[in-house]
Amino acid sequence: MDRRNFLRAIAITGAAATIKTSAGMDVLAQTLENTQTGKPVDMVAVMGGEPDAMFKRAISELGGMGKFIKKGYKVVVKPNIGWDKAPELAGNTNPKLVSEIVRQCFAAGAKEVTVFDHTCDDWLKCYKNSGIEAAAKAAGAKVVPAHEESYYKSVSLPNGVTLKNTKIHQAILDCDAWINVPVLKHHGGANLTISMKNYMGIVWDRRIFHASGLQQCIADVCTYSKKPVLNVVDAYRIVKTNGPQGRSASDVVTTKGLFVSQDIVAVDTAATKFFGQVREIPLDHVGHLANGQKLKLGTMDIEKLNIKRIKI
Amino acid sequence: MIFTLITFYFLDFAALLPESFHGLAQIQLVPAILGGSLLILLFLAILTLLFGRIYCSSICPMGIYQDIVSWISKRRLFSKKKKRYNYSKAKNILRWTVLAATIIAFFAGFPILLGLIDPYSAWGRIISNAFRPVYMGGNNVLESIFTSFGNYTFYKVEIVMLSLFSFVVALITFFTIGFFAWRYGRTYCNTICPVGTVLGFLSKFSLFKIRIDESLCNSCGSCATKCKASCIDSKNHTVDYTRCVDCFNCLSSCSKNALAFSPSFKKKRATRAEADNKTDKNKRQFLFAGLTTAIAVPAGYAQNKAAELTGNHKYIRKNAICPPGAVSAEHLLEHCTACHLCISRCPSKVIKPAFMEYGLGGMMQPMMNYDKGFCNYNCTVCSDVCPSHALKSLTIEEKHMTQIGRVTFHEDICVVHTEGTNCGACAEHCPTQAVTMIPYEGHEGLTIPFITPDICVGCGGCEYICPVRPYRAIYVEGNKEHKQRKAFKEEKKEDVVIDGFGF
Repeated sequence: MDRRNFLRAIAITGAAATIKTSAGMDVLAQTLENTQTGKPVDMVAVMGGEPDAMFKRAISELGGMGKFIKKGYKVVVKPNIGWDKAPELAGNTNPKLVSEIVRQCFAAGAKEVTVFDHTCDDWLKCYKNSGIEAAAKAAGAKVVPAHEESYYKSVSLPNGVTLKNTKIHQAILDCDAWINVPVLKHHGGANLTISMKNYMGIVWDRRIFHASGLQQCIADVCTYSKKPVLNVVDAYRIVKTNGPQGRSASDVVTTKGLFVSQDIVAVDTAATKFFGQVREIPLDHVGHLANGQKLKLGTMDIEKLNIKRIKI
Repeated sequence: MIFTLITFYFLDFAALLPESFHGLAQIQLVPAILGGSLLILLFLAILTLLFGRIYCSSICPMGIYQDIVSWISKRRLFSKKKKRYNYSKAKNILRWTVLAATIIAFFAGFPILLGLIDPYSAWGRIISNAFRPVYMGGNNVLESIFTSFGNYTFYKVEIVMLSLFSFVVALITFFTIGFFAWRYGRTYCNTICPVGTVLGFLSKFSLFKIRIDESLCNSCGSCATKCKASCIDSKNHTVDYTRCVDCFNCLSSCSKNALAFSPSFKKKRATRAEADNKTDKNKRQFLFAGLTTAIAVPAGYAQNKAAELTGNHKYIRKNAICPPGAVSAEHLLEHCTACHLCISRCPSKVIKPAFMEYGLGGMMQPMMNYDKGFCNYNCTVCSDVCPSHALKSLTIEEKHMTQIGRVTFHEDICVVHTEGTNCGACAEHCPTQAVTMIPYEGHEGLTIPFITPDICVGCGGCEYICPVRPYRAIYVEGNKEHKQRKAFKEEKKEDVVIDGFGF
């Protein structure tokens, strides 16, 4: 070994030693196993309970929050808080579900839990009237603003087809792990809004999504390197028509469902099929699912997955 | 006290002060007249008939601003010599001409003149245009410090200029009035201000007055040097009550105790200061020149703009949209003095001062601008705070049914049509689903906006979010007269019971 090679080797070793284990790596390393059977569980679907009770059940089926959130983690819980709507109108994620997730994160040893969303209506009204700000704060989370461009930083999306870069909220960039907590709703533009569409709440400029192909851009933004450690789909109440806001209580159906998985395409496919029982919705109309599968974000072929179905 | 609160109410973007503080704006004279608030008018009239122009020294924010300026100007730092005021004759012709011109202009459809010189509205504009951005900037500095320590007590606010025209007008007002206050005290109040002229007239008959006891007065003139209204003629032992603003600075200045603020019984009426028939030509010329420029410059600008846009006029709004509660553009024109309170208080920041959109007479009056936001469906702040009832108070139910404009859609430039991709941003933001997405014929899985203008409230959510540029594919056309929207058909409430997972 000559001197040059030696130095190079030292430099590479040094660089390698500085790499911090990130949340994403932990997630890659682990497989979810059902505590009883030992067979890995890909998704848990729960029906018939209150939002917090259903989540408690689901997370224990997945082996507890400790599998996803390690001691000392900075965690972001990202609900949908898009609209100035009361919880009964289901425009936003159920506040009870949000607070239960926050509590579980702290119980698993999280150092800090942050909650935010880039809202559509006036953010102060959304945070307040959705009930999420109060619920999250009561559980000990920090509720941070996201209404100004300066809270966002540019990231590149090398695997994106149309969208090659975007600005993502600082809280996501800084966290060790984040949990995606969408609410299942009809959507005039994307046809349905679930976990993948919920990414639009972590980015600043959404007009470009609409201008350059909504279904592709939704899949593209999901290729961002830091993936959520869990996708928790709130289907306790769903907006079946006139989504994503709904205009009156008659747009809302109480279905009491909850779906949890690490596979974002799979959990959204399952939620789409669930929604299909209320109102017909072909899978290919929710175009970002297929686009996401093409980008290897997950699978639409959920028949092949090990899904734990629970009725409370 | 009132000054501080009212000023802070304008600054207060975070709504720290309760909304009920808009009462402070309602006791201002011009808004009370325009709003037809008889009780407030009666109260102010009685107050003045009892004590004189107390209004000018404690209720009017512009009056207090001038006092602050002249107080600063008297500090040693700024003037080596001790600052003294002198008695000057009343400029009655000028005062009454300004008042008459204001009233005539108002009824001729140019309330802008009243809006320009009404002290409360002018102060509101100064705060909204010049001080609010500074206050918000301060907030942003604190925010960045606190946030860097992980404390989220403060949040960032976007600072934007409301309108160049309104900003320039506010600055000119601020510095002009400030300059006269610095040099001569209450010049503005006693030459231009229409409120001052009216209250001054009433004050002649007020019960309590500053009275000079001629048997004690030795005409030393000490009181006159303290009088920022320049209304004490110590040689003749008279006070011009039309100009006295009840500051009481003279009372303590008299070593002989010849001055008292007391009801009249014994004393003969002080002779009114002689009307000065020579009008101040320079001042008048300045005023007219200023006014002509203010009118001519924007008019030319607007003409150019219109010409430049005619090519794509179908994508351009023809009628400006007035805020909810305005009833009609005409009602707004007749009642609004452009105090900018609604503009400052709007949480969605969608109200901007108009330029030429309402015509010459409606300059700086509030209008909806959907570039940076849209009107929140559940919010009635602007109509709640309006002191002159130019925006009539609306309940939330009334607001939901008020149609300030109607949606207009141009499929030929919509991205669903031009790009063949999903969008739906407009329908997403529509609270009544006056814009809804329907299957796009011949395109499996695609949906295209479908509009029902009859149920549209005109909130501008669709226009705000539409990604198409330079012209938006969907926008709101203003209703010159606000209408009631039609009720929408609610979906049938179905009791869907789902037993299975569906997968």
